Amino acid sequence: MAHLNPTPVLEPGQDRTMILNMGPQHPSTHGVLRVLLEIDGETVVRMMPDIGYLHTGIEKTCEAKFYQQVVPLTDRIDYLCPMTNNLCYVLAVEKLLGLEIPPKAQWLRVLLNELTRINSHLVWLGTHAMDIGALTVFLYCFREREEILRMFEMVSGQRMMTSYFRVGGIALEPPLGFFDRVRDFAGYFPERIDQYENLLTGNPIWMMRTKGVARMTAEDAIALGATGPTLRGSGVDIDLRRDMPYSSYEKFQFKVPISQEGDVFARYMCRVQELRESIGIVRQALDGMPEGPIKADAPGVVLPDREKMKTQMESLIYHFKIITEGFAVPAGEVYQAVESPRGEMGYYIVSDGTAKPYRVHMRSACFANLQTLPSMCEGRLLADVVAAIGSIDIVLGEIDR
Amino acid sequence: MPLAPAITDLEQLKNHPAVARLVGWNADAVTGVKFDRDEMTIYVDRAYIREACVVLKDDPACPFDFLSDVTCVDWYPAEPRFEVVYHLLSIPKKERVRLKVRLNSASPAVESLTSVWPGANYFEREVFDLFGVRFTGHPYLRRILMPEDWEGHPLRKDYPVEGYR
Repeated sequence: MAHLNPTPVLEPGQDRTMILNMGPQHPSTHGVLRVLLEIDGETVVRMMPDIGYLHTGIEKTCEAKFYQQVVPLTDRIDYLCPMTNNLCYVLAVEKLLGLEIPPKAQWLRVLLNELTRINSHLVWLGTHAMDIGALTVFLYCFREREEILRMFEMVSGQRMMTSYFRVGGIALEPPLGFFDRVRDFAGYFPERIDQYENLLTGNPIWMMRTKGVARMTAEDAIALGATGPTLRGSGVDIDLRRDMPYSSYEKFQFKVPISQEGDVFARYMCRVQELRESIGIVRQALDGMPEGPIKADAPGVVLPDREKMKTQMESLIYHFKIITEGFAVPAGEVYQAVESPRGEMGYYIVSDGTAKPYRVHMRSACFANLQTLPSMCEGRLLADVVAAIGSIDIVLGEIDR
Repeated sequence: MPLAPAITDLEQLKNHPAVARLVGWNADAVTGVKFDRDEMTIYVDRAYIREACVVLKDDPACPFDFLSDVTCVDWYPAEPRFEVVYHLLSIPKKERVRLKVRLNSASPAVESLTSVWPGANYFEREVFDLFGVRFTGHPYLRRILMPEDWEGHPLRKDYPVEGYR
């Protein structure tokens, strides 16, 4: 376990090695990750990720906002899976409030979350393959991603920063034609996954670049706090959707793909199979979508319908109060975790009984996953660093917050 | 669905695996418990936090083998000012538990968990960076998100959200 010791400061000195600076503007660091590498010829001796270039103090900003105003901030943490962050945050606040969410809202949340997962995995697949040199996959992945972004635009009016979920439900009914469009997509998407796999899975170059590269054992992955496909690629069978279900996930049938090898290829296979499982969940959500309201019956928390505001004085008052004063949340604290495309996304919210959160902490999956990088890369070739960074699927917005 | 009141009586919560394990190991280490909104919180004396984590991690019945998160809450101007919060997860049993350590503003320092879980490294650096809580025994306790030469700790409550410091 010697390599698990956190790396000390890198200093040049020994005559054989040199320090190489990679990033923060390097195209395959997926944002603004800077990596300091000590290399001996082509071999990485030591590695130290350097983060913080995208730090915007979102946790501090949250403390100055009403509970509902935090939702748009959560989009901006992880711009590839906005709905997952929305969901995790609103679930945490609903747990603080003790709100019961109607089934239709829960199922819509599941549907949109799985579309988000597909969206995020498509960006990952495209850029990861492009890093390694398979340029074509990127174009195909972004073709399908575009369709998902159009669906997001249909429901929320935004392609990326959706802010669609509300504490107590979701913002609006999905527009006419939305479900048909999703059903259409769910029909042809499995075939598109076959296309990606035809380009990559059996491809000898892809296998040479990924198989046996950047290995990590299950023990190391757990010790370093890895979650999501990074952990499941090392053979640890845990998925919060199945094991600690939230938002009605217990009513859906799906498999949790795991691989035993713990290398880049194993993590690739986990995510590609997750794409197939996610589209299965989307289909189940479409088939079993319950009828009913999309907002909880909690007048002091949930904004009233526009129609009611024109006819009922009470609704108008509640609307005014919620917009101007927010809603007070009983004092307490919760930790709510969801399975984001990258792993365990957790929100720890402390309330002091006022309308603004006392403390919001985001446990971001990438932040912990990034710690596994040195143990994957040290002792291996420099070219494998790019494959390893791609395989843990980092989003720097989420790491730096 | 009205909220059930929080339970803070140690006797009532003795059956929870983490509480039973810790009280069985060293009753002095547990300074309080709270069960609220289906979540278990155990207040641990600051001197015992690392050993308490080792004890929970090596529990054969319900091993809390995964460190989900480390963070901190600043209760300025109250004392003890800081609460360092640890979220543990048991992967085999799918259980969560929250450990808390209270720290005074005079010497906000607590033992590092990096020897138990190397993954505590980044989390503790983040808490150090944003709250100024020191983790003794941490191998590389330096700022992680803010620039190296930054003054102050932004998530402290006496640090303004906007404007000049």
